[in-house]
Amino acid sequence: MAALLGTALVQVGILLFAVPAVILTFTLGLVFLYPPAVRLVRGTAEEARGRVGAWSGIRIASPYLPEPAPPQPMTDGLYRYERTLYKSPRVPAWNARWKWLTTDPATWRDLLWLLLDPPVKLALLPVLLVAPAKGLRVYGQWCALLLSATRTSVLRGQLTHLHRSRSIAADSQAAEMRRIERDLHDGTQARLIAIGMTLGAAEELMDSDPAAAKTLMSKARDTSAETLTELRRLIRGIHPPVLAERGLADAVRALAMDTALRVEVEVDLPHRPEPPVEAAVYFAVSELLANAARHGDARSAGVDISSDGPSLRITVTDDGLGGADPAKGSGLRGIERRLAAFDGVMAIDSPPGGPTTVMMVLPKVLPEHWAGTLPRLPRWKAVVVALCWSLAWCPTFPQGVVAAVFKTFEIPEKSWFLALYAPEPFQWPAILLMLALGLGMYATAIAIPAKHNRDRWLAEAPRRLGLG
Amino acid sequence: MGERVLIAEDLYLLRDGLVHLLQAHGFSVVAAVESGPDLLTGLVELRPDVSIVDVRLPPTFTDEGLQAALEARRRVPGLPILVLSQHVEQLYARELLADGSGAIGYLLKDRVLNAGQFVDAVRRVAAGGTAMDPEVIAKLLASNARHEPLAALTPRERQVLEAMAEGRSNAAIAQRLYLSESAVAKHTASIFAKLDLAPSEDDNRRVLAVLAYLNSR
Repeated sequence: MAALLGTALVQVGILLFAVPAVILTFTLGLVFLYPPAVRLVRGTAEEARGRVGAWSGIRIASPYLPEPAPPQPMTDGLYRYERTLYKSPRVPAWNARWKWLTTDPATWRDLLWLLLDPPVKLALLPVLLVAPAKGLRVYGQWCALLLSATRTSVLRGQLTHLHRSRSIAADSQAAEMRRIERDLHDGTQARLIAIGMTLGAAEELMDSDPAAAKTLMSKARDTSAETLTELRRLIRGIHPPVLAERGLADAVRALAMDTALRVEVEVDLPHRPEPPVEAAVYFAVSELLANAARHGDARSAGVDISSDGPSLRITVTDDGLGGADPAKGSGLRGIERRLAAFDGVMAIDSPPGGPTTVMMVLPKVLPEHWAGTLPRLPRWKAVVVALCWSLAWCPTFPQGVVAAVFKTFEIPEKSWFLALYAPEPFQWPAILLMLALGLGMYATAIAIPAKHNRDRWLAEAPRRLGLG
Repeated sequence: MGERVLIAEDLYLLRDGLVHLLQAHGFSVVAAVESGPDLLTGLVELRPDVSIVDVRLPPTFTDEGLQAALEARRRVPGLPILVLSQHVEQLYARELLADGSGAIGYLLKDRVLNAGQFVDAVRRVAAGGTAMDPEVIAKLLASNARHEPLAALTPRERQVLEAMAEGRSNAAIAQRLYLSESAVAKHTASIFAKLDLAPSEDDNRRVLAVLAYLNSR
């Protein structure tokens, strides 16, 4: 209680600085006051988010957009901000930060919250005194109203993230293409030219010196065998044939056989993941095993691949020297880049002296229904659907259609057609009501599963369309 | 006529080339198929003396040929099959060798370039022997390299072991390594002693023992 009121006093103090600072920024152009003011307000808001979480259990996530990256010099050493070039990074950095702080709606929502929070606290004071728990919850809801992430900011955050992971994926793909091009150009193509030339020379010598021609031809054959070997190595680097032929589990087993380590492979997947995911996992495991043998001096290793709901979980352990650090090795960096395309993350536990454990998680890369986590139709909905299907005939046909026929042809028989027992002016409305009820039940029985399946389809759609 | 051969290969040029090559060496080609299901029917119904099978075949272009070969050998134990592939995998070699009945081959397609050696390998498989690609053997040995008995072999014994694992007879090993046949016999006896395997005069059985040894690791 005292803390709550204490913070109110601090907030008033901060307001006395922040509000004039922001006003001065936009009226007199004292822009240097702006960043510290925003920083202070954000600090207060962040502190309040933490406190609300601790007091009332209402968790409020930070809504801020990610900070802009420091400007990168272009090839000519200049820095660009929109359509202007600068010699030093100072101005572009300032511009980017200015834009970041002013366009983020969270900045203004924070300020609004700060203005209104002290009066709200005062207003809530009686409730807090009488029922502290309830009062705190109300206070938490009030804070969540202005301090939590808006839909826009969540989407913007995701967009920034997608942007980044897309550019990483595109970069690594481009690099891969360049490597393949270089290999084909320097290796395969050059060797094929050599074979062609050797064969040409053999053709010329065929009549004059058959023995020399024969030597040349066998040389051409040797070169073609070498070319094949090289091509095979190249193909293995692009997409290993076992992976295409057998899928991830056997490909990793084949990999394990080919390393000098003793490797235990455990794969527990109900189906094959999508090919790009398989390839990423394969190359990650391949790199990790190679690292273990090359740098870690390991003797044995373990690979465990399993599904965790819709996520793919890969653990690679080895008994080597440890000390693996992504900051040092480009191989680990490469794995991170490959996984980033699938929002995958990697955690390395490698104390000096070993053992090393690398854990990778690729979230939501498996179709959800494999894992059985896909929401099944809730029980009550299933019961409603069953009841509708089993009972809808009754109001529709006997009580609706047949009663209508009896009524139309004025058949005196009433049988068990309820509507015909009603007084005369209500008989037709009652029949129509029965029909509407019956048809409505049929419609419900169809609509509930259809909507459920549509939600399920929508949940899977991004991946099906190749966007996930 | 010579041995009856079945060829399963989806690339027309290679299939045609194999047919000509084998016919020129006195084989009679009983069927040349180009898909997995056709292959399995052919293998089981025709029971050719030897079959040459590509691992990757239609309709799925995965390991269709290998699966058909394994299935056919499950139904007809010891049916001689020579598997060809653009790449060799220890995993596949181990699967082919698992039944330990011989009459099996696993070679890179490149080996077709050397017609003499290739036809020799086909004959060996037809006769119940084995023909393993040197690359497969190198891989099998590499993954066994750290184990005691293999590490204790002399370089010469290692060469003999490699040649033997490929499926070659004593005479062929002697010719390749420029040794006398008696020297090869001495090396093999020493290898078998070091690996703790029962010696055998029969070439095929000896090769199988070595492959089984390598495969058990």
